[in-house]
Amino acid sequence: MSKFKKKKDGGLPPISTASLPDIVFMLLFFFMVATVIKEDNLLIENKLPSADQIEKLDKKNPVSYIYIGKPSANYVDKYGSEARIQLNDKYAAVDDIAPFIAAERAALREELLPKLTIALKVDSEANMGLVSDVKQELRKVNALKINYTTRKGDAVAGAQN
Amino acid sequence: MAKRSAPEVNAGSMADIAFLLLIFFLVTTDIATDSGLNRKLPPMIEETDPPKIKERNIFQINVNRNNQIFLKSGGEEKIIGLKDLRATAVKFLDNGGGIGKDACDGCQGARNPESSDNFDKAIISLSNDRLTKYKTYIAVQNEIIAAYNTLRDREFIKRYPGMGMSYVEANERYLDPQTPPSEQENLKDKLEAIKILIPQKFSEAETKSN
Repeated sequence: MSKFKKKKDGGLPPISTASLPDIVFMLLFFFMVATVIKEDNLLIENKLPSADQIEKLDKKNPVSYIYIGKPSANYVDKYGSEARIQLNDKYAAVDDIAPFIAAERAALREELLPKLTIALKVDSEANMGLVSDVKQELRKVNALKINYTTRKGDAVAGAQN
Repeated sequence: MAKRSAPEVNAGSMADIAFLLLIFFLVTTDIATDSGLNRKLPPMIEETDPPKIKERNIFQINVNRNNQIFLKSGGEEKIIGLKDLRATAVKFLDNGGGIGKDACDGCQGARNPESSDNFDKAIISLSNDRLTKYKTYIAVQNEIIAAYNTLRDREFIKRYPGMGMSYVEANERYLDPQTPPSEQENLKDKLEAIKILIPQKFSEAETKSN
């Protein structure tokens, strides 16, 4: 009997948690470094469609973003559920695109002007009508380099649900 | 009295504080999507006489308001599924039905006289309804780009077997800022040559309103 009792009072030494803060800080720093601060505060739903023939947007060149989608849940009462355009932090109409592009161009150095890319971040549920209007507007102001921003994924499967 | 050492600070709650910060960043992080389909819009010019294009050289896609795809090509009209679009487009582009000066060297298609002459003549045209869903439109665009990329990959490997990469991979490498400039120059010439061999002749009609 006494044999067994002896073993018991040794017990397990507690695991030292002294390095836990270090581990957590390491994770913290990783996320702090990897985080990209969002450029715009989204007022619309923006679930991007997926595609697999994508190219990376060249970050060396200037990029302007145009968002299209239906107003997010907080704004549905005020702005309805029809898809809308968002420029910067505001809802906008199709007519606002030309001044928006002009303002974006004014902020650029001259040699970068022809390299301006317009990234269209359009919600997958939006209708093409509005997107076509935006494209037409962009053609009018001669902003022809566009990028349909998408997530990486299977386009065919994505379009079916 | 002077010998009394400073009391040790209890660091037990350090982990909690760090966790709090960590969770804050985890929640607010939004992994930015910065990739997509690059396209060029046609410039706004006054309608001049449109050039005469033979019907067999046009691959006409129309996406209607119910997101169905109508295809008119090679003298037939049909509804086509999205998953068949890529293969059908490749078949059209690769047909090589041209004869004489329109003959296509690289084409490996069926050489159907009812379909496209060569890579340069073949045009893909896309039109859509105002009520077409954006995701369907993107899927169709994606499949068209995929069809071109399939052929460009094939020709790139055929022409530059020593590179050990496809057109898409070469393009990615060209755009990667970490690639040395000398290699970028080298790649640029090759990519341009393939782009001239298989140009993306893609036309988009204005959206129908009804």
